[in-house]
Formats: sequence, C-alpha cells, structure tokens
Amino acid sequence: MTYSYFPGCTLKTKGADLDHWGRLSMEALGIHLEELPQWQCCGAVYPMAKDEIASRLSAVRALAAARDLNRPLVTLCSACHHVIKRTNYDMAHDETFRDRANNYMKLDTPYAGEARVIHYLEVLRDTVGFDQLKKQVKHPLTGEKIGAYYGCLLLRPSKQMAMDDPENPTILEDFIRAIGAEPVIYAQRNECCGGYVTLENRDFAKRRANAVLENAQAQGAQMLITACPLCLYNLKENGGGQLPVAYFTQLLAQALGIREEQA
Amino acid sequence: MNWTETIERISGVNPRKCMKCGKCTATCPAYEEMEYHPHQFVDMLSSGRVEELMGSRGIYMCLSCFACVERCPRNVEPAALIEAVRTAVLRQQGANHMKADAVPALLEEELPQQAITSALRKYSKGG
Repeated sequence: MTYSYFPGCTLKTKGADLDHWGRLSMEALGIHLEELPQWQCCGAVYPMAKDEIASRLSAVRALAAARDLNRPLVTLCSACHHVIKRTNYDMAHDETFRDRANNYMKLDTPYAGEARVIHYLEVLRDTVGFDQLKKQVKHPLTGEKIGAYYGCLLLRPSKQMAMDDPENPTILEDFIRAIGAEPVIYAQRNECCGGYVTLENRDFAKRRANAVLENAQAQGAQMLITACPLCLYNLKENGGGQLPVAYFTQLLAQALGIREEQA
Repeated sequence: MNWTETIERISGVNPRKCMKCGKCTATCPAYEEMEYHPHQFVDMLSSGRVEELMGSRGIYMCLSCFACVERCPRNVEPAALIEAVRTAVLRQQGANHMKADAVPALLEEELPQQAITSALRKYSKGG
C-alpha cells in the first residue's frame, strides 16, 4: 500500500529522527510513504485571522497535489498536520476562503477539500491496527513507563482535528501498549510545551516545559514521547532534564527491531 | 478606523457572546504572563477598549495552544480574538514585533526550523 507523505521542513533537518525512523517503520509494516513531489512549507502556524489567505496557500498546494495523486496524505510533524488538516477543513467549509484561494491559484481542477489528511498515528491505529502492530513487535519495551506528550496541535480544535478525544486522548497510550510498554497518564499531557514563545520569552517557555516534565515525573513516567519537533525541543532544551524525551517513531523502530538492524 | 469592527472581521468572532464563565482564563497556560487575563481581554473587546489591548504585552504571550478555543462553552474563541488584535497591530507599517534581521541572533544548535518560522509568522506581517 502506498500513501502520499508530507514531511515538512523540520523533518528534513533538526527533526530528521522523527522522519527517518517513521519511514522505515512504516515500510516494515507494509506501507510505503511516497514523498509528495515539490512540497513546500506547510505554513508553520495556522492563521486564526479569517482574512489571511496567502499563508494558507502552500497547504492548499499540498492538498491539491495529494488529491491529484488520488491517495491519502500522511503527515507526521504535529504542526504540519495541524495546518494542513485545518486548511483542508477551510477549503471544504469556508466558501469565501475557497473561492479566493482557487481564484489566486488557478489550479487545473479547483480544490474543495477532497483530499484525506491523516496523521501517521492514525495510520497505525486505523490502517495497520494496534493489535497487528503488537504482533509485529520483535523487542517489546517491557517494563518501561512512558508518558505520552500530545501537546496542543494534534488534538485541538477537536471539531477540525477529529483525531481523538481532546481531553482524554488514548491514541498514544494505545501505541505505547502496542510496543509493550506501560503508558503513564498525567494531567499536562495535552497542555502546551511553550511553543514558539521560546523565542519571545524564554523564562516563560522554561516554566511551561518544567510544568509538563515535573507533572509527568510525579505520576511515574520514566520518559516522554512526542510527535512534534518543537515540543521535543522545548521539553529537552527548556526543561530541567527531569526525563528523557524521544520521538514516538524512535521507539516504534526500536520495538520493530529496525534500529538494531541499522546499527 | 473602527477597531471593534476590524477585530470582529479579522477574527470572525463576536466577543459579546461571552457569558463570563472564566474557563478561558482557568485553562490558559499563559495567563500569568498577561496583564489582562483572557476573560478580561474578551470583556474589554466587548466594551470597545481595543486600543488598550493593542498596546498590551499579552498579545505576544498567547501560545496559540487552542485550550481556550476548545473549552469555551460559547465558541467565543479567545485565542482568535487575541490573534486578531495582534494582527491589527502588526499590519501597520513598521509595527512588526519580530524582525527578520533579528532572527540569526536567536538561532541555536537544536532550535527547529518550525520554531523560527512559527515565531516570524506570529510576530511579523511583512512591511
């Protein structure tokens, strides 16, 4: 099975581990992620200003390309997923934005939200299935207590993102169980890491990162996993080193026995 | 310039729908960094005090985490209102809060590209 794949700028550089282990793991699970040709930046942040059109156009280009290839578009970076999924929602539901975007872009076939955008974790849950994933695990992470760190962008606003319950999500915990580890529930798992404000007010970003890490540690987590390069950065660089933080694809590759094969 | 109309046009939100339950402030991870808490921010917009908010520090502290948007029982979307006020400021000539020239000094080894692009998108609008 082949899906279109949008890696995004950070997964080509600082977040290369998220991408690298993600692609290899998906291949081992029988799904080929075919990089979307000539993709551009997703836009990085979803503009809440209703009249801001231009900063959503690169996401529309990716969506139209995925539609033309007639395959679902898989994302992995939380930020890319957020921007592309919400822009797709806008193209389907906001007539003014759709008209203005199509007028500007002059695509061969106008775009109206036809592509299906799915996050890598949703592929694991809904296409592969966590039960099937569990069967393919060669090296279960038995005994490891792992906290899922969702952050903001995967879950909210739930009406548009529609991935999981925004207050009591389970997708990452189910993933942790599937790779043989024990998920640790903690209250800060779906609160903000500090985001881009680390560039504006680092002391505040440090307080946010430490609030997450201390809460997870107090609940018994021995490490955290995330799908977001900016969350990883904030937790590692702005936190006090309370817990190790990894991309979930790194643990997936480890459980599937891919990391040792490559070592 | 009718700032109240401008903010409602940019955000697509009517702040007068707010019933002052305070959930946005209760859930906001940045509320201690803001001189006006999110529920106060919405209340000030309802009474037309836009220019005071345009000069506030809090408009650069919102994390765009969508906690208030998700949890508001009235779909007031405080984050969208804060973004609209910040946008109204940044769209003025010379009013960028972060300048592209300032970025190189902010870079460090582990900082992801996503952080830089996000901050520039949030804190500048060209011009």
